[in-house]
Amino acid sequence: MLAKQRSLSGSGLSPRSPSSSQPFLSVSVTDPVKLGNGVQAYISYRVITKTNLPEYRGQEKIVIRRYSDFVWLRDRLAEKFKGIFIPPLPEKSAVEKFRFSAEFIELRRQALDTYVNRVASHPQLQQSEDLRSFLQDDEETMERARSQDGGIFKKKPADLMQIFKDVQSKVSDVVLGKEKPLEEADPEYEKMKRYVFELEDHLAEAQKQAFRLVKRHRELGQALSDFGKAVKLLGDSEGNQLGKAFSDFGSQSEMLSFKLQKEAQDLLMNFEEPLKDYVRAVQSIKATMTDRANAFRQQCELAETAKLREINLEKLIVMRSDKVPEVEIECKELKAESEEATRRFEVIVRLMNEELVRFQEQKTIDMGVTFHDFAKGQAQLANDIANAWRSLLPKLEACSP
Amino acid sequence: MMGYENLEVEEPTNNNNLFPPREEMENLVIDEGPNTQTFISHSDYRSVMSSLAETHHPLAGDDPLSSNSSSKSFRNSSFTEDSFLEPPAYADVVFSPFTEKPISGNGNSSQPTQHLSNSSSEFITIIVSNPQKEQEISNSLVPGGNTYVTYLITTRTNMADYGSSDFSGSAEFSVRRRFRDVVTLADRLADSYRGFLIPPRPDKNVVESQVMQKQEFVEQRRLALEKYLTKLASHPVIKKSEELRVFLQVQGKLPLPSTTDMASRMLDGAVKLPKQLFGESVSAITAQEAVQPAKGGRDLLRIFKELKQSVANDWGGSKPPVVEEDKEFMEKKEKLRDLEQQLSAASQQAEGLVKAQQDIGETMGELGLAFIKLAKFETEEAVYNSQRTRAADAKRVATAAVKASRFYREANAQTVKHLDTLHEYLGLMQAVHTAFADRSNALLTVQTLLSELSSLRSRVEKLEAASSKIFGGDKTRNKKMEELKETIRVTEEAKDCAIKEYERIKENNRNELERLDRERQNDFHNMLKGFVINQVGYAEKIANVWTKVAEETSEYAKDSI
Repeated sequence: MLAKQRSLSGSGLSPRSPSSSQPFLSVSVTDPVKLGNGVQAYISYRVITKTNLPEYRGQEKIVIRRYSDFVWLRDRLAEKFKGIFIPPLPEKSAVEKFRFSAEFIELRRQALDTYVNRVASHPQLQQSEDLRSFLQDDEETMERARSQDGGIFKKKPADLMQIFKDVQSKVSDVVLGKEKPLEEADPEYEKMKRYVFELEDHLAEAQKQAFRLVKRHRELGQALSDFGKAVKLLGDSEGNQLGKAFSDFGSQSEMLSFKLQKEAQDLLMNFEEPLKDYVRAVQSIKATMTDRANAFRQQCELAETAKLREINLEKLIVMRSDKVPEVEIECKELKAESEEATRRFEVIVRLMNEELVRFQEQKTIDMGVTFHDFAKGQAQLANDIANAWRSLLPKLEACSP
Repeated sequence: MMGYENLEVEEPTNNNNLFPPREEMENLVIDEGPNTQTFISHSDYRSVMSSLAETHHPLAGDDPLSSNSSSKSFRNSSFTEDSFLEPPAYADVVFSPFTEKPISGNGNSSQPTQHLSNSSSEFITIIVSNPQKEQEISNSLVPGGNTYVTYLITTRTNMADYGSSDFSGSAEFSVRRRFRDVVTLADRLADSYRGFLIPPRPDKNVVESQVMQKQEFVEQRRLALEKYLTKLASHPVIKKSEELRVFLQVQGKLPLPSTTDMASRMLDGAVKLPKQLFGESVSAITAQEAVQPAKGGRDLLRIFKELKQSVANDWGGSKPPVVEEDKEFMEKKEKLRDLEQQLSAASQQAEGLVKAQQDIGETMGELGLAFIKLAKFETEEAVYNSQRTRAADAKRVATAAVKASRFYREANAQTVKHLDTLHEYLGLMQAVHTAFADRSNALLTVQTLLSELSSLRSRVEKLEAASSKIFGGDKTRNKKMEELKETIRVTEEAKDCAIKEYERIKENNRNELERLDRERQNDFHNMLKGFVINQVGYAEKIANVWTKVAEETSEYAKDSI
């Protein structure tokens, strides 16, 4: 079933309304099942896709996926959609002990569901071929894709850069100066970078306190239960009316203890987890910032390389060297690559700006929902507590000694 | 100026202000920025504070509960919040679990200042304050002397024995006492009031003199002394004791015999012993001595005899005519043993509960703080309106969290007071043990005397038998018999006194246990009631705070998306 539908975008697709006229793509991640044995054990999920989009084969498709399949999708999207803030995935591994606890499994399922839905409702990401593969391919195809993936896409741009550097290093160093920092000089972007880093700190702190709050609720529930039991025992030895009142007190304590445990669970799922998700989203932005920095550096270095080659060509023309045609071709190629690098960089910048607006708006909605639910939950809990204790008062009044 | 630092809280009235609020929240300035978020409910809070600051409310939970009139007065005040019953006054609440006002002895008899005891219009209030260091006038052995602490003990009362100084018939006076004096008082009371449930005195705390002088320790002790003396003054019998009056009223050195001189006591007893063993002095226990327990006294021989007797009793020796036949008493003892066990458990769990409430309050506060910082950051760095909106939402939650945090902790301060009843009754169990011990000791004295009598009589019989064989009588033997008969007479008297004493102590036990049951029922009832009302009040407040935020963020509710 669809988890909280937080990431609704303004795109043409509305995941909720399956009326056949409007294009829709609806995905849900359900039914976690433990498979395999011992160290190799893992959880598999059912991914159900309902759509009327022509790119998809068929109206409904159910596939089985595991966590590493989601990771594969994320990596492919990160490669192909530079500049887009890729929706974050829940963390890879928890402490071994909890990997198969019901709580952890449910949290992960929820996070995966949110992830897929965010991808499916993103105007650019939803066009991804990889997404379609993920949602439709059978398990063997998926497994093959996953294991193949070790090769090409793991190579970072830095590695490709190394090739250029090796060729050009000596000349470049002399011309460019050894320590020239290849970073954008855009003050607004600088500001944005600082903002992102500081935001992560604030959010991490908030998340830490939220987690503590979960624990405190559990502890209070336990303490109340223990206290209630002790009071009940005291009452048993009193006998009479007072004893009865003590007994009732013990019952209410026990009941409230349950409510507190329940609230702790709710807080974990619906307050702490969204804050964690927020932190992950910010980390995703940082990844995009790295991509941008790399693209910028690449653009700069290729531009330099192309320029140098031009200078070289001019020299050769003057010298009437027979290398001229060869170098002419090289220059053309380098120019094209340089232009391509520039274009790539500019796309990233444009996309980032759009993404940022989208991100801020989405997060305001997400947090609004989180805050609202948090307040509601706390209000409900407090009211339950007030009511439970209040119910004791007439009885206490009645047995006044 | 918006912010929490203006929130007025009553400062402790004593000289040693040892519990300054450690509130980070107190000093938190909430920077409004261009978008002013008015803390409407915050100023409600403050108006509630000031409206309650005038009224003085008792600390024990019973007053607002027992009299309907005072609970009505809560409702008639101009509160903006619609609650069932206001929890005990904010005015009492400082951010430490204890206040310096005298705590009435579990609300059963004498109450502080404005509230009168149930039985009559008699009252007695005791305040301990102004600890001061003083120098012991040294014996030559220790140069520089010992320093010790004295406390000023101020009593206000209209009890007749204390005399009165004004038309209202009440008197007020102060004395300076040191802790040693309190120990003396406690010991003398223990002697005079055997069989009674005497409130246990504060511990001696054998610590090094460095610690003794630390402010925290002194403050703890001051408070404990106040509680102790107040409890003594609330005991229906002990409040009338001469020992207490002398302690409270007589200036200068405390005119009660002290108990500290163990060495010389032992010495005295040892001096008497050889004489007794060699038959040189009359070793009979006099009637006067019979009414005192052996153990505390100097009569080592008696201690040995009673020890022998108790061993004989244990080994099932000849059964003396007076036995502990009171089945009811044995049952009662059993029940009290159970009660002590349960009290111990409940007391422990109560502490756990208090800690958990404290912790959740703290964490809630820290969460609020984190969100305030986040909101401030987003507001300052805002490029988009969505950020400003989000910051505003975060601030709402933050404010509510900080308020809720405060409520948790206030509620807890009250909870501590209510649940203190458990700790106090647990402490009282000690007094029960002592009272039972008094009874056992008295019985032992009786048994010892009886067996003494029995052995004396058999000695007389033997002498008579031996003497009758000698024609004309035996001068030495006759003289011996006369002496023995005299001893028997004295011992008979002592035995009668001892039996009377035993009966008296039994009666004290019975009355005191009845009183204990009555008061315990009452106090437990009040404790429960106070606790529950307090919880209801604060839960309502917390609910209101969050309900408001839920309303303010209702646009995000799932149904409306």
